[in-house]
Amino acid sequence: MDIGQLVKIGDFEWRIEPRGAMRVPAVIYADEALVSDMDDKVFEQATNVATLPGIVRASYAMPDAHWGYGFPIGGVAAFDPAEDGIVSAGGVGFDISCGVRTMVTNVAAADIRARQRELADTLFARIPAGVGSKSDISLTDADMDAMLDGGAEWAVARGWGEPADLDRIEEHGRMAGGDPARISARARKRQRREMGTLGSGNHYLEVQEVGEIFDRAAADRFGLTPGRIVVTIHCGSRGLGHQVGTEYMTEMAVAAPGQGICLPDRELACVRIASPIGQRYLGAMWSAINCALANREIIGHFTREVFAGLFPGARLDLLYDVSHNTCKVERHRSDGTERELFVHRKGATRAFGPGHPELPRGLADIGQPVLIGGSMGAGSFVLAGSRTSEERAFSSACHGAGRRMSRHKAGRLWKGRQVADELAERGIIVRSPSSRGIAEEAPGAYKDVRAVVDATEMAGLARKVAHLAPLVCIKG
Amino acid sequence: MRVRSGRRTGRGPRGPAWEHFPHGADIGVRGRGATMAEAFEQVALAMSAIVSDPGTVGHAERVDLSVASADAEILLVKWLNAIIYEMAVRSMVFSRFEVRIEDGRLEGSAWGEPVDVARHQPAVELKGATLTALSVAEPPGEGWLAQCVVDV
Repeated sequence: MDIGQLVKIGDFEWRIEPRGAMRVPAVIYADEALVSDMDDKVFEQATNVATLPGIVRASYAMPDAHWGYGFPIGGVAAFDPAEDGIVSAGGVGFDISCGVRTMVTNVAAADIRARQRELADTLFARIPAGVGSKSDISLTDADMDAMLDGGAEWAVARGWGEPADLDRIEEHGRMAGGDPARISARARKRQRREMGTLGSGNHYLEVQEVGEIFDRAAADRFGLTPGRIVVTIHCGSRGLGHQVGTEYMTEMAVAAPGQGICLPDRELACVRIASPIGQRYLGAMWSAINCALANREIIGHFTREVFAGLFPGARLDLLYDVSHNTCKVERHRSDGTERELFVHRKGATRAFGPGHPELPRGLADIGQPVLIGGSMGAGSFVLAGSRTSEERAFSSACHGAGRRMSRHKAGRLWKGRQVADELAERGIIVRSPSSRGIAEEAPGAYKDVRAVVDATEMAGLARKVAHLAPLVCIKG
Repeated sequence: MRVRSGRRTGRGPRGPAWEHFPHGADIGVRGRGATMAEAFEQVALAMSAIVSDPGTVGHAERVDLSVASADAEILLVKWLNAIIYEMAVRSMVFSRFEVRIEDGRLEGSAWGEPVDVARHQPAVELKGATLTALSVAEPPGEGWLAQCVVDV
């Protein structure tokens, strides 16, 4: 991106002033190097989002922003229904409520290293991953409705998870407002054998060692101790979410002109929040969020079973479960008034700061854990929401390193076996049914996650707490 | 096991009939043909090749699909998403397509076989065909072109 097109507000804040059809400015949070490296589509998409009806304050792009679908991935935008605001299926994405959970353990890294291959093989055998993988869990129609309404609460009630987990999941593990009746027969059929599956692409389960600590007080409260193990799971709403996104994206593209919405590009497919199709989508999307929450809860349960078998006495406690492809109703201050806004985070993570009323009591004075995946090589980070995040971007932060090259190019530069061997030499074991998938997920295909989290902290979105280094990576 | 590199283009008698184009996080698919229907067949092949090399996939089983839209671009998205749906619920990969389009109605067939991870080496799941870089056009002298980005 040509940085000359932007107005520099600070070392980590850049603005595109409203012009043409833009109703608000676009704001990019990143350092100069990250901005220069961003593809031009981020500029185009951030400014396109700024033209949408009912948008409040600004169209935001996080430090890991890259080319998305209408919205940039790493895009945040809030809309006011009282101003005929819109909801956009592209602003949520196909993998509705794709997200990350991290479970802290009482297991030492040294104990993992002693049985590292065995752990990798056991996790790989237990967690269905990759194209065509199916779960042993098959849901009846009644089960499906209960899951779509109950989310992780439903999973815990069925014995897949612990009640204490719910306090550490967004929405307490159950997204209110889900309407299972809005989930089509096709979406249900796609999901029937996919509960408790990881998926593929950039989804993973990692066993990680807690390394460098940046915020001692927060790390202590989060239960992050150097040399101890955590387990992180990254996946979403699986086939059901994909089908919901598919159906509504097309429907919105057709419906938008009839609602008087002029789209600069039809990939911005959206409809008025208050319209019948808008309400149907919200009901379906919120049900799909429940599907993702239930799915990660089930995979967490499988992980606990594996650890119990290999490491007697092991405890896995959920630190937090975040989602980064959602549209949620939240109260925010804007122009001196507090209003209810529909906040889209497309490849961006909610990051409530200290004192937010929705945080669990044990974390209220620290802020919400923000879990940022990097790559198999660079590792990941745990952050905490900052007090300033609300005013900066409606309490939002980045979601990961972001790709720096296409899958196409990564597949040409690397071979899966080569990547796996190089990681093994560094003490990291990768297991995946797909060699090509490993190549496309090579560490070199991703941006420098340290630069992304540093910029996130310096921009006042979230602050660094700890670094996590992978020991075992299960990929689909 | 030898690693097969993924094919990124398929050649037709007048040059590439299908190809992938880069899109940061995901993959663009493009098909060319003498008719719109032929372009739709080729772009479906391009999409299938994201998952597995069509050369490794047999075509013993046939699945019939039917979608409709007066809007050619929406028709393309619906066609590709119908294939994705069948791949997901049948656990199949496809290597051959036939398409007939008349008055906004597409009747198609896909031939393939159940996924065999060892033989097909599937790289990623397809989530959905998007509206990004979406185009169904007849560039002068080039026949028909159909493309979009697919979320993986």
